[in-house]
Amino acid sequence: MSDKRFDAALFWQGARDILPLIIAAIPFGIVYGAMGQSLGLSNWQVMGMSLFLYAGSAQFIAVTLLAAAAAYPVVLLTVFIVNLRHMLYSASLMPVAEKVPGLLRVPMGFWLTDESFAIAANRLRQNHNDGAGFYAYYMGAAITMYLNWQLCTWIGITAGRQIPDMTQWGLDIAIVVAFIGMVVPLLERASHWTCAVTSAVCISLTYDWPHQSGLLFSSLVAIAVGVLVMHRQRNEGVEEVTE
Amino acid sequence: MSDYWWLIIGMTASTFLPRYLPLAFAGKVRIPLLLKQALELVPIAVLTAIIVQMSLVRDGSITIGVENHYLVASIVAFAVALWRKHLMLTIVVGLAVFTLCRLLLA
Repeated sequence: MSDKRFDAALFWQGARDILPLIIAAIPFGIVYGAMGQSLGLSNWQVMGMSLFLYAGSAQFIAVTLLAAAAAYPVVLLTVFIVNLRHMLYSASLMPVAEKVPGLLRVPMGFWLTDESFAIAANRLRQNHNDGAGFYAYYMGAAITMYLNWQLCTWIGITAGRQIPDMTQWGLDIAIVVAFIGMVVPLLERASHWTCAVTSAVCISLTYDWPHQSGLLFSSLVAIAVGVLVMHRQRNEGVEEVTE
Repeated sequence: MSDYWWLIIGMTASTFLPRYLPLAFAGKVRIPLLLKQALELVPIAVLTAIIVQMSLVRDGSITIGVENHYLVASIVAFAVALWRKHLMLTIVVGLAVFTLCRLLLA
């Protein structure tokens, strides 16, 4: 469609659209920085995880395990399992990634988070799936998210020294309500609602599984049930199935 | 703790690869229709599980009641999101309810 290499207007639109999620992630990043340094890691060790790992919940779990003197292989395995859900995100971006040149998919993957994916999924739901346009939009959102995460980590490291009990404030509520605001508009059909309810019930039963494996398990069960409903509805002629 | 940076490298790889590999293979493998339908449900399935876990589980166990301010704020945010599909409004009201709970019910 568009023969432009990079659409700057779409880049900035992506950056703008992710702002509410960024605001919600600010306390999360600050708490991470504060927690990391209060657990006795050096500033660069805390910062290094944000720069290279760049995975909010995995970073929290990693610093907690390190503080508890967990063996490195355990930390590594846990981080891997916690991040497996990103594989689902990545797979669901495959149809649009086909139109993106190979090398450009590297930063696309590196910057894939809950937030940038939520923004991307929302964009694709509105059928803006031309490759170049989507890429600019996605990058605008993803890079803004990344820079903000670095800034917040640094603020957390600095401020955590002054306010030691900041990790007890319950600042992570912002991310919960932000995700609610992202998911609810996605619930359009019976299969979507069934998927959400199944996921909710499943995680309530599996939240105490080790290494957050219940999260992955619940997601997979919910997806399977959602697909079943999709097919049943199609057979009854109620629901259109995307071909 | 110089081993630490090896750990960082290992963690970076185990974070990056799951995010990148499916993208790398896009266009090289045909995605069956069934998988396409499944992938459409990914954001709903994963984000819902994260939301429910974060708002329901307090100190390692499920806590239902007004003493769980996360749950109260989440329910109100859910109602707001159903009423108006507005992200910023959902966040602001959710945070306001949470703050009120802390001040009034603490």
